[in-house]
Amino acid sequence: MGLAVDVIFRIDRRTGTAVYAQLMHQVRQAVRMGRLAPGDQLPTAREVAERTGINPNTVLKAYRELEVAGLVEARQGSGTYVRAHLKPLPDNLEALRHELAAWAERARAAGLDVSDMQDLVAEVAAGTVPAGQEAHRVG
Amino acid sequence: MSADRTTPALEVAGVAHTFGRRRALDDCSFTVPAGAVTALVGRNGAGKSTLLRAAAGLLRPDSGEVRVFGEPAGDGSLPRIGYVAQQAPLYPMLTVAQTLTVGSRLNPRWDAAYAHRLADDADLPGAARVGTLPAGHRSRLALVMALAKRPDLLLLDEPLAPLDPVARTEVAGTLMADVAERGTTVVLSSHVVADIDGVCDRVVVLTEGRVRLAAEVEAALDGHLVAVGAGIEFSAFDSSEVVEVRAAGADATALIRPTGSAPSGGLAWHRPTLEELLLGYLRTPTRQVPTA
Repeated sequence: MGLAVDVIFRIDRRTGTAVYAQLMHQVRQAVRMGRLAPGDQLPTAREVAERTGINPNTVLKAYRELEVAGLVEARQGSGTYVRAHLKPLPDNLEALRHELAAWAERARAAGLDVSDMQDLVAEVAAGTVPAGQEAHRVG
Repeated sequence: MSADRTTPALEVAGVAHTFGRRRALDDCSFTVPAGAVTALVGRNGAGKSTLLRAAAGLLRPDSGEVRVFGEPAGDGSLPRIGYVAQQAPLYPMLTVAQTLTVGSRLNPRWDAAYAHRLADDADLPGAARVGTLPAGHRSRLALVMALAKRPDLLLLDEPLAPLDPVARTEVAGTLMADVAERGTTVVLSSHVVADIDGVCDRVVVLTEGRVRLAAEVEAALDGHLVAVGAGIEFSAFDSSEVVEVRAAGADATALIRPTGSAPSGGLAWHRPTLEELLLGYLRTPTRQVPTA
């Protein structure tokens, strides 16, 4: 605890998702999966920059946004630390999975293949996020 | 180090230049804030190298003005600039070690310890003659020379082009670490989108010597969208908003820069990837779009 933990940031260039948003998502994911715990230090922007070639300004922007969201805290002259546990995945995850499995079976019976289903899920899910963030369908 | 962070690192205002009858630069204007990492993107012959040479003070444009940290580009600005031309100009008869020694003699701000660390990181053998080095190693040595000078503004003409994929990420890491540590301003030319995505926070697109787009990367991506639908549906947009339309039969894809509300109708649309944004502008050189 307290030591800098190796988070390997990576960029997916095939999506239109902003790079800082991808970094935020990867920190969230690491906390959710328990690879990062409260008190753990995130790598400094310089370390991330040197190891991955990601612009340090982008890393700092991701850290600032995570701080605003209350997930991490910046300690003056020391670094950025994980502050909170992310709410673990909801208890009803299994129930959601079951519903989705039943839906997938119906979709397959209706002639949809996996990528058709993915498109449909992405499209419906995107309709539930604020505008300007991810892919949308209007109309 | 730049004392005043509000003075732009580089200001290019109305710069035009011709070589014989060929117009290399045509009324180019853009600003690079201190500490930014800017990609200069364009096809071969778009004017990237000419613009970088003008910024380095090595070429005096026919008209217009180039300022580096507020001073006219020229001999006075040279000590603050690290410039690496495409051909990585070095003395082929010198060894790597001798080249570094020359660097230390010519540059008052030379950081010898940094130079040796970077040369070691790049596996550059000190006793090898520069002329015998493979192209990738030569370009890394040229970059070491530019970085060890401890410049405030780095101008790099296709710095990653001669490098293998592993060296590319190493060099990008070295550059970005320097940005993190010293707030170095970087302008690098490239036409490989993967080399600039996540690396550069600003982009300047040059087509046929003109600045087609000069913007912060994230703001530019937020300000555009890729729309997919039947070609007829794009008539809802003002023609000034349409950067590029590509049609195949009734199906069409367009890069749009909406000025008003989001599009309506049966169009599917998404935030562009950097590649979609840059290709949309690079493929349509004719129209002049206001800079953001």
